[in-house]
Amino acid sequence: MNYAGAMPAGKRSTSTGCWSVNGTSLEASCDVRRSLLDLLREDFGLSGTKKGCDRGECGACTVHLDGRPVLSCLMPAVMAEHHEITTIEAIGSEDELHPLQAAFVEHDALQCGFCTSGQIMSALAFLQRDAGGGAADVRAAMSGNLCRCGAYQQIRAAVASVGASRG
Amino acid sequence: MRVFEYRRACTLQDAFDPAWTPIAGATDLYNLMKDRIAEPGRVVDIRGLGLSAIEPDGDGLRIGALATLAQVAGRPDVAKRWPVLAEAIAASASPQLRNMATVGGNLLQQTRCPYYRAETLLPCHRRRPGSGCSAASGDDRSLAVFPTEGPCLATHPSDPAVALAALDAVVEIAGPAGRRSLALADFLRPPDPLGEPQRLSVLERGELVVALVLPHASPHSAYVKVRDRWSYEFAVVSAAAVVEHDADGRIGAARVALGGVAAGPWRPPRAEPALAGSDPGDAAALRAALEPDFAAARPGRHNAFKVELAMRAAIDALGRA
Repeated sequence: MNYAGAMPAGKRSTSTGCWSVNGTSLEASCDVRRSLLDLLREDFGLSGTKKGCDRGECGACTVHLDGRPVLSCLMPAVMAEHHEITTIEAIGSEDELHPLQAAFVEHDALQCGFCTSGQIMSALAFLQRDAGGGAADVRAAMSGNLCRCGAYQQIRAAVASVGASRG
Repeated sequence: MRVFEYRRACTLQDAFDPAWTPIAGATDLYNLMKDRIAEPGRVVDIRGLGLSAIEPDGDGLRIGALATLAQVAGRPDVAKRWPVLAEAIAASASPQLRNMATVGGNLLQQTRCPYYRAETLLPCHRRRPGSGCSAASGDDRSLAVFPTEGPCLATHPSDPAVALAALDAVVEIAGPAGRRSLALADFLRPPDPLGEPQRLSVLERGELVVALVLPHASPHSAYVKVRDRWSYEFAVVSAAAVVEHDADGRIGAARVALGGVAAGPWRPPRAEPALAGSDPGDAAALRAALEPDFAAARPGRHNAFKVELAMRAAIDALGRA
């Protein structure tokens, strides 16, 4: 069987796409090579999601895809079309922090803050799905988010406090 | 990154086109593309092909290749009837990666050998056949300690693959010529008659892994992973043991697979029959059964410790299974 030209041409270089981000439909002209992370930050101005390693090793770029935490640096933006994307910008507000954000402040769970939005997105998914709240569970749930300042104990305490308050 | 053409496959036939490289979880391929280690000109997204179903198959389980690691480990039947797989997945990567990575892609991820992954091009048979092996004269800590075919001594990084090997999992492959099934050990450890050290498996271009089949329930098992840090790290060595006990609690039948020591999950061929009749709490007896196979080890300069470490991991796993 000869496959040459069996499929019609796909997306090449730059093309227009549509993404559902924080409940809003957003359009952009996007290079196929672009990561979801770069699309969010540079095309949509959602710079709360951070670019640390850009290789899936640090967790700073964590967002939710259909309610589950994923690494936006490891997903080509074209592959995130037709999915619900949630970023840190949808969590809490300037006037009213989300309880998890308030707990991070309360427990001193950050120093430089660069990893915090990714930490919050992982913790949020953990509390929404598992909510076990045990120390081992929190550590396992947060293991994909590195903190170069070393605030791990405070992060664990902050997440556990919200889990505990929800019972 | 090289520019590529991207398309979503609508039918399996679309995905069988050998000019197109399949992508699903993207976690490994996209990284390799960023570093120009992989440079596919055409990439076909196969997530729309409905290959993620997980369903009972007689006494066994058929896991669609595109089920995510999180989906597999989250199933109550996997936790109860194939706990070694759930444990191996829980010990893999991070929650975010387990939500993205598929079981099929996990088997087909490339080695973590630092020379293969180097951002600058270094001699590496797997990356550029014939270019040499930087690890042979450099840091060989991560390499295989049991002989492999061909010039590349890199190990396979997957935890689930080690568990699947001990479970006698079968890999279902579909391609333009039809379907075929292979034992996982035969799938991941291809002979190297053509001198193609860059190949991970016997999968041909144009073929897809469509499912993994676990043949029967294996509730007595254990997965032991030894790594440089407690979480979010690849194994230095790992051991999966699946055991059936006889009436007095001795090992009736055992299947053992080791990770981090060979090109793919390594099943010690002579140990499994020798383990029958052993007391799982008698470490000396387990060691005696494993030793003849371990005598084949040919470690390099920086990884001889892995031979004893793998032995102890295997004994530990058999005792806990």
